[in-house]
Amino acid sequence: MGYLGGFLVSLRQVGRKRRVTTQYPAEKAPKPARVHGRHVLNRYEDGMEKCIGCELCAGVCPARCIFVRGADNPVDEPVSPGERFGFVYEINYLRCIHCDLCVEACPTQAITESKMFEFSFTNREDAIYTKAELVVDDDGRPRQQPWEDWREGEDLLTSAWMRATSPSGSAAYEGVVGWNGELGYGVRAPEADQERKDAVSTPPTMIGEHDDHGHDGDDQHGHGAH
Amino acid sequence: MFGGDPLLAGNVDLAVVLIVLGKVVVVFALLLIATQLMIWFERKVISDFQNRIGPNTAGPFGILQTLADGIKFFFKEDLVPERADRRVFVLAPLLAVVPAFLLFSIVPFGGDFSNGRDGSVELFGHTTYLQLADPAIGILFALAMSSVAVYGVMLAGWSSGSKYPLIGSVRASAQMISYEAALGLSVCAVVLTSGTLSTHGIVMSQAGSGWGFVPDWNLIATGFVPFVVFFLASQAELNRPPFDLVEAEQELVGSYHTEYSSIRFALFFVAEFMNSVTMAALVVTLFLGGPAGPALIGPGWLWGVIWFLVKVLVLLFVFVWIRGTVPRVRYDQLMDLGWKVLIPLSLGWLLLLATFWVARDQGWNGFVTIAIGGAIGLVGYLLLKAAVATSRARRLEGVVD
Repeated sequence: MGYLGGFLVSLRQVGRKRRVTTQYPAEKAPKPARVHGRHVLNRYEDGMEKCIGCELCAGVCPARCIFVRGADNPVDEPVSPGERFGFVYEINYLRCIHCDLCVEACPTQAITESKMFEFSFTNREDAIYTKAELVVDDDGRPRQQPWEDWREGEDLLTSAWMRATSPSGSAAYEGVVGWNGELGYGVRAPEADQERKDAVSTPPTMIGEHDDHGHDGDDQHGHGAH
Repeated sequence: MFGGDPLLAGNVDLAVVLIVLGKVVVVFALLLIATQLMIWFERKVISDFQNRIGPNTAGPFGILQTLADGIKFFFKEDLVPERADRRVFVLAPLLAVVPAFLLFSIVPFGGDFSNGRDGSVELFGHTTYLQLADPAIGILFALAMSSVAVYGVMLAGWSSGSKYPLIGSVRASAQMISYEAALGLSVCAVVLTSGTLSTHGIVMSQAGSGWGFVPDWNLIATGFVPFVVFFLASQAELNRPPFDLVEAEQELVGSYHTEYSSIRFALFFVAEFMNSVTMAALVVTLFLGGPAGPALIGPGWLWGVIWFLVKVLVLLFVFVWIRGTVPRVRYDQLMDLGWKVLIPLSLGWLLLLATFWVARDQGWNGFVTIAIGGAIGLVGYLLLKAAVATSRARRLEGVVD
């Protein structure tokens, strides 16, 4: 057929059942385990806030979207276990690029990111999140705002990055707990079988064999082996 | 002046005026609805080709998507660039849309052509054709209108006061003008065969069939070549893929409509899709017998409309099919195809056809005439090929830029 053969290729697609479209707002493609979404400010197991108002996150932020002011803890009613606490904490989501440098910079693991990135505002004031929206609630869950599109499971793994990384970034410490506990969850276990995600050291047959954290695993990669 | 419509031949009274006004409204509404459905049809079919779903939210099967888009366009901010020539900027989209509307007025979209009838129908006691106008200049009007549409494109780019629209509009007008030549030459072949310029006359000459089943279409009577040329040239004239260089985003942003927004932007697109519908209708009229066809059951005038719609729909599907299959050509390939293939081909074919008809009229030996004509055509083709090869060689040597 030569040149005209191409017309048959496209015609053969007509009426096929398989479509590449994801019906987006109704259904969503699975998100990677450590997707960078909206931040949360974590609390210790006893309900104390982790933030100490050191402003390292604000200093490292390339988009200059974080504004922090620390203050001395009230003696009779301390907010955080240390000497100081984050008195003002604001993130402007019109500027945030979700690079997660603030999470890496934070010395107390106060700021981490959830997987939720689908939110929008009708005015610029709403884009500035304050402590009222960012600090987790009494169960340790992110406070869900009416304009945010949270789906099942997205509020569970808010500190995944911490637990996926070896303390000090050294491979020798992989699987060793080097982080503190969280309100509602306690000290979370390290994420299992991280090394299998390393494509160089892992034979392809192993990928996707033991998918023990369900939906947030590598759903995109592991189809063949299931 | 009013052409062959029997409605206007006799006494023009109030009823006749009302019938004409009614036809204006019907054609206007028909074209608008057809355009809206065409946009939906194109999006739906092309998403089928690409394993996507396409519009599926507004109305059943997303059929109201175009309406939703139109409403949205109306409420968008209407920007006029500071350096734009305001008056021309406002005028240009209208120059694109109005010819698109007028073009459809000469298309016969129905009529009773079965069993040798002349395509006229009875409307409130008056005999008339199912087409808005049947001027004696007929098909020339279509060519004139598509030439006017070039002004819309050209002026839009020129008045935007911005470089990409300007480049895009120069490209667009160069493309449209060069393909208009091939378009016109293949229309000439039809006119030569049918012996009339009037669109109704052209359809009339195609009514009936040979040996009872081969339709008497110009597609066969003109020997396929003018049809192929007209079809390719119409795709280029419509700026549809694979000839949509005008809208090559990678090179020109949005070309002549880069600076347009809101409903003015939408007007260009309405014009484009309306032209697709009209061009399909013109191809049907010129080559595929228009509304002519056998009446199987029920009234003959109904079958005229049905045949017309079926033919147009098949053609529109082919339009979309081409769009979903063929990648965009390069600009030099586009110009090569237009000037070095389509124009010589249609010109040569026109001369051959003319020779054929003259031979029949004069009673010459048809076989010898065609043989001599073909030989001359071959010599012409070889000369053209030699000329192209020589100019390419000289260009490679650096003699000519």
